[in-house]
Amino acid sequence: MAAPTTPAEIGGIGHSVQRKEDARLIEGQGNFLDDIDLPGTLHMAILRSPLAHARINGIDSGAATALEGVVAVVTGDLMDQHGLAWMPTLSGDTQAVLATDKVRYQGQEVAAVIAVDPYIATDALELIEVDYEDLPPITTPQQSLEEGAALIRDEKEGQDDNLVYTWETGDPVATEQAFARADRVVTLETHYPRSHPAPLETCGILADVNSVTGQATIYMTSQAPHAHRTLFAMVAGLPEQNIRIVSPDIGGGFGNKVPIYPGYVVATAASLLIGRPVKWVESRTENLISTGFARDYYMKGELAVTDEGRILGLRVNMLSDQGAFYSDAQPSQFKAGLFHVVTGSYDFGAAHIDCKGAFTNKAPGGVAYRCSFRITEASYLIERLVQNAAYEVGIDPAEMRLRNFIQPEQFPYETATGFVYDSGDYPTALRTALEEVGYDDLRKEQAEARAEGRLIGIGIAHFTEAVGAGPSRTYDIAGLKMIDSAELRVHPTGKAILKLGVKTQGQGHETTFAQIVAEELGIPATDVKVEHGDTDHTPYGLGTYASRSTPVGGAATAVVSRKLADKAKKIAAHLLEAADEDIELDSGVLSVVGSPDRSVTIQDVALAAYTNLPEGMEYGLEDVTYYDPPNLTYPYGSYIVVVEVDPDTGVWEVQRMVALDDCGVRINPMIVEGQICGGLTEGFAMSAMQWITFDDDGNCIGANFMDYLVPTAWETPRFELLATEVPSPHHPIGAKGVGESATVGSPAAFVNAVIDAVAHLGVRNIDMPVLPDRVWAAIDAAG
Amino acid sequence: MFPSRFDLVVAQSVGEAVEAKADVGEGGRFLAGGQSLIPMMKMRVAFPETLIDINRIAGLDAVERSNGHLHVGALVRHADVAASDAAFGAIAAAAPWVADPLVRNRGTMCGSVAHCDPEGDWNSVLLATGAAVIAQSPGGQRAIPIAEFVQGAFTSALAEDELVTGLRIPVPSGRFGGSYLKLERKIGDYATVAVASHLELDDSGAIAAAGLALTSVNPVNTKVVDAEAVLVGQQPSPEVFAEAAELAAAAAEPRDDVRGTAAWKRQVVRTYAKRGLAAAAQQAEGS
Repeated sequence: MAAPTTPAEIGGIGHSVQRKEDARLIEGQGNFLDDIDLPGTLHMAILRSPLAHARINGIDSGAATALEGVVAVVTGDLMDQHGLAWMPTLSGDTQAVLATDKVRYQGQEVAAVIAVDPYIATDALELIEVDYEDLPPITTPQQSLEEGAALIRDEKEGQDDNLVYTWETGDPVATEQAFARADRVVTLETHYPRSHPAPLETCGILADVNSVTGQATIYMTSQAPHAHRTLFAMVAGLPEQNIRIVSPDIGGGFGNKVPIYPGYVVATAASLLIGRPVKWVESRTENLISTGFARDYYMKGELAVTDEGRILGLRVNMLSDQGAFYSDAQPSQFKAGLFHVVTGSYDFGAAHIDCKGAFTNKAPGGVAYRCSFRITEASYLIERLVQNAAYEVGIDPAEMRLRNFIQPEQFPYETATGFVYDSGDYPTALRTALEEVGYDDLRKEQAEARAEGRLIGIGIAHFTEAVGAGPSRTYDIAGLKMIDSAELRVHPTGKAILKLGVKTQGQGHETTFAQIVAEELGIPATDVKVEHGDTDHTPYGLGTYASRSTPVGGAATAVVSRKLADKAKKIAAHLLEAADEDIELDSGVLSVVGSPDRSVTIQDVALAAYTNLPEGMEYGLEDVTYYDPPNLTYPYGSYIVVVEVDPDTGVWEVQRMVALDDCGVRINPMIVEGQICGGLTEGFAMSAMQWITFDDDGNCIGANFMDYLVPTAWETPRFELLATEVPSPHHPIGAKGVGESATVGSPAAFVNAVIDAVAHLGVRNIDMPVLPDRVWAAIDAAG
Repeated sequence: MFPSRFDLVVAQSVGEAVEAKADVGEGGRFLAGGQSLIPMMKMRVAFPETLIDINRIAGLDAVERSNGHLHVGALVRHADVAASDAAFGAIAAAAPWVADPLVRNRGTMCGSVAHCDPEGDWNSVLLATGAAVIAQSPGGQRAIPIAEFVQGAFTSALAEDELVTGLRIPVPSGRFGGSYLKLERKIGDYATVAVASHLELDDSGAIAAAGLALTSVNPVNTKVVDAEAVLVGQQPSPEVFAEAAELAAAAAEPRDDVRGTAAWKRQVVRTYAKRGLAAAAQQAEGS
């Protein structure tokens, strides 16, 4: 990787600067939503449906209202009087805020209690009586689309079945032709199960609407505070200048804190009506059963291949389980997010993708859990298919990939579904990872172990991510273009404040973005304060998710820094009595080209910006940039997992995990590695243990951390990290997003490893999570 | 999560604790480590009117051997057992596998025994090694053999007015070994399947006494009496262990659930019984 160009004391790009935010978080000085206390705050608790599908014949809240300490009981009828019983979702559907007609999933919001403390609010929930009339629950999308299935969305005009959407892309004719030319077709049907981002801090809000001024200050666990402000204005009809969203320290988001949840709307309405601040913080169970889930795609992939192992085409049929409301947080042009990136890292000309979504009596969501809009599902499918194709053709899975990779000279490369990959060197990445893991020796060990009755498996995934949404011509969410911003102000003493439209949830923005300024202007990263999350004090942007902060907000930061650098050079020219074009800026020193002793520092220039300017120049050293990216960025990686499977029990253990990531230029290599380790852990979790499942009655299994498993350091394998660095050609500093690469890429590597251990028995699929009983059953069935 | 309202009594002696319980009756619950009770309260699955905190009572925190027995007081934490040189065989093997480090630091062995959760580890271990549960009421003290104590899911032989003050576990005099093999989905999870094994050998190397018990595969922790009977008198061997393991598998009636299928769980019982007995035998032979 390229060496840093700035000295360590400046801490520009390439320095593993210690995270500036850690000290306050470690020392208990963070400021999370539930730490915020306003005088007179009331507390809200939500009554949720115990049933998956039922008609509400009546709600008796008399006893709850009468309980001492209860201020109000809010029902759907009350919300309806204010036009707020329903709200729009991020995917153009409507969602019940509080149920008025029926409940459509277990955990759906039915009523809310506002009380003087959270204990009384919770006590009062037990006093509300709801008269439910059972309706048949639908728990799978297959059931949902059957003839005669109960209609879940009977309130929705024109909706006479449970189909949410159909969407297709690619070229069916060209794909048909490719399949006709193929020597064989390799098919894989697999389910990417429902999971949940499960941030350690649950979602919450403290809504403070001033009854006199109309000012609404809303403290909220939000990954996208500016977008939320605008949507609040559009939904609730509040004047946007009176809405201030403050997103404080956030204890993890992973996509879960992108949507607007019913509880936010009820708490804000309650504060408006009662005239006091109202706080609502979800319990763990509420978070897991009602807020944005992820995945839940049933996928059938077919790969047309030749006997030489060349891929000719790909056909995918996908059915998604959307839950009761279609509320995917995703760009509005695409019904299945960026799932059509499913052609992966391979060069072939034809693909056709046919998608359907179905309503079920399950929680809505479809958020991108550490993932760029459904790419996780897509990457998983192609990497599983390619490995299976290698088995069928009879060549090594690594060789299969090398024969089909997009080659370095083919970039920019347009895929069969229209993505234009910006840069990469896939063969070098895979070969480097293979060498590190000792692939050829491992294959020999595997054969020897099999002879002794031991099962060793080696799984590869070579993923390509598409992150940094996105170019305004293509990408918007609910009509809001996916641009982002940075505002940079240098004070007279040369210290700076950088204000961002994006918002950290632990990614390290306060450090990384300061390093971009340090790189561009030579102001030490420690002298750059990064502010974000408060919509009154930061410029507009769409927020942090889908690995977009560095590709979009990071680009904005580089561009605004360069604007200031241009002005700084003019001021330096004035101070040094030189021509503007003769000034160069290097690590905070502005000097005359060819005369390095004639120089001033960026700090000198900052003071001059407020005290000693060239004739006609405006005072100050600050600017703002809104960045509209020309393309997405395409990070990629080669992951190799080695497992040993216990043939008697199906229990598998990871022996090695080598992860090579190429995310272009690494601003802070330590933070990048931290992101990768976190993502690999979550990928491992989904592969091995993590899922939200339901019984036939629609009861959610996985409603707490006893049943929804988050791995600890004990279970998590050791990761061996490698890097290559092919810069993004269109990003101002050559960086690509990385936060989600490892979650996207790693599940296929883990699952492929287990499959590889038993592939010689004929096993080609075990659905995630790869629980030991499934492995044992697969071995048992193979005989 | 917010529990219902409750009263708190902090007892300074065993006498005070059992008197308080007698006063409150059914609505009273003893609080030791609280690692099951407190989560149940915050989820509003349990709503005791009164908690009787026994944590301040002196003299209940020892884990020690005397008179051929291991004595474990009511305030001995799982972590204390794991760290103790006095623990032996299956008990020493199981202690580090109870829940996670946080729960082990706080939760008590006696509390877990009294809770009678069929997914709990300790009752299987004690069914294998043998033990007596010491119960105190205002009327006096009695020792209840573990096999009688464990009656069903969350059901023990403990009377309404009794407090578990300790455990008395016989320490074998001859060569012995034990193991506890637990399959869990992650650290801190209940067992999907666990098997406790305990073997004592006579001078000829034959099995003089055997204990085999199962966790999480029946509505109650299960002592596999017929497997134990098959083992006694035999020389340890893969064949005899396989025979005992078949009986263990037959004694298991697990359910299909998110942890796995019943057929697979029975297979894990079979595998772990074989491996656990072999490990116990190896330990005994080396002792």
